[in-house]
Amino acid sequence: MSFTPARIFPLGDSALTVEFGSVMSDELNAAAIRLEEMVAADPFPGFVESVPAIASTTVFYDPVIVRARSAAAVSAFLTVHDHMMGLTEKLERTSPVNDEPAIEIPVNFSPDVALDLDLIASHCGLAPGDVIDRFVSATYRVFMLGFLPGFAYLGTVEEAIAVPRKNAPRLRVPAGSVGIAGRQTGVYPLESPGGWQIIGRTDIDMLAGKAGSPCLLKPGDAVRFIPV
Amino acid sequence: MTSVQGLGTYGMQRYGINPRGAMDRFAARVANILVGNPETDPVLEAYFPGPEIEFTKAVRFALTGADFAAHLDGSPLPNWSAVSARSGQVLDLRQKISGACAYLAIEGGIEISNIDEPVNSARRLSKGTKLVQCRKDGSSGPRSRLLLSHSICPRYGVAPRVRAVEGAEFSELGPNSVRAFGKSVFTVTNDSNRMGYRLSGPPLNAVTNTEMLSAAVTFGTIQLLPDGQLIVLMADHQTSGGYPRVANVITADLPLLAQLSSNDSVSFEIVDLEVAEAALAQIESDIARLRVAVELHG
Repeated sequence: MSFTPARIFPLGDSALTVEFGSVMSDELNAAAIRLEEMVAADPFPGFVESVPAIASTTVFYDPVIVRARSAAAVSAFLTVHDHMMGLTEKLERTSPVNDEPAIEIPVNFSPDVALDLDLIASHCGLAPGDVIDRFVSATYRVFMLGFLPGFAYLGTVEEAIAVPRKNAPRLRVPAGSVGIAGRQTGVYPLESPGGWQIIGRTDIDMLAGKAGSPCLLKPGDAVRFIPV
Repeated sequence: MTSVQGLGTYGMQRYGINPRGAMDRFAARVANILVGNPETDPVLEAYFPGPEIEFTKAVRFALTGADFAAHLDGSPLPNWSAVSARSGQVLDLRQKISGACAYLAIEGGIEISNIDEPVNSARRLSKGTKLVQCRKDGSSGPRSRLLLSHSICPRYGVAPRVRAVEGAEFSELGPNSVRAFGKSVFTVTNDSNRMGYRLSGPPLNAVTNTEMLSAAVTFGTIQLLPDGQLIVLMADHQTSGGYPRVANVITADLPLLAQLSSNDSVSFEIVDLEVAEAALAQIESDIARLRVAVELHG
């Protein structure tokens, strides 16, 4: 059985996004990762790069080259759109399997670094200790890297502690901060502006990569947070 | 702030690593063309007050983008031109006349000496930074001054009307917000930098208010923040975001945004993708003609 994308939309005039759905699911994420591998493995003329996300894959292209190299007198967007539709038809539904052990990330939840723990607790009607217990009890999946170098979007955060992003992002979130945004969690590898609610901080270097990757985690990895 | 910039390094966004590169790629490319370089060569991008540069050898250089009243050994230099400097001459930038970022290309390309490039190195200059040519083979004998016709430049200004294509969540704007987006003038606030411009204008609102999944964003993506204000992502943008993507500024008009400073203003006009692609094709054709003209000029 093949996948049908929910929609394909332009991201400006030099990129498009193939979106499989609007929920965080291992299956949609595996499809996004697989589609990205397929387009990158056999790039079309004008292809620039491809980026897998939580439930979507974005393809960057040079519209001038795409148009020059396309036989049909249509827009670059339509040419790339049709190419991506062709690939999604070849996409098999596979159940995502990950045999590797979970990567452990030590986290300090003390009040001086857990900048929003009290806010999260009151928003959820829980004691701060209960928020932490619930947070560390889950094994998370790396759904994508993005936003900042080495920033992994992890899921899925338990509904009871799924606090929304801040209305106005903080101008400076310290490096190592662990944040929650809805049912996603993640670690800021660098100091940066950001709107996630900060539950704790880790000392681990998220930019210590292996096997040619510049960062610790990759899409599909399993992660656990360990209180210290 | 002055930094060395290229046209962006693509292929690392999968790791959350932004392509970076020049804010005004038209100006950066033209600067390189005026000195006979490949368009992708690194150039200096200077925000006022820019650097004072002493040439330690005879070399040809070009200045484009913002007009900062450049002087070479006290003589004013026209903007969008290429000239030859002698060893010992000093280039300085005296006054912010128009635009936000100026570009300096050096024949043979320019780089910071002893560059040490970690993942997010900004390649910034500080007092005393030594610059080197990437290639020594460029002939640097004195040649005549070259001045670009402004007719091929984007229509820079302090209140440009910038074209944009609809974003994935454009249809989630209510009718009043759609009207306000197209008819309002937005001000570039002080919270603006190479990562993005935070705009101030009438608050817009989305009809639906669901927590979105994070997905890719790009240079020119206009996002709607929960407080109803807009942010336009610029060259050092984050690679993904979770705020509604209202629109994307077309690539051809990004230089107009790049040359804005705090308190300048901008308005948006929604256009079709075909218009965006045609505008980009026109720029590529203009740049190709410019390259031929410079080569013929010699």
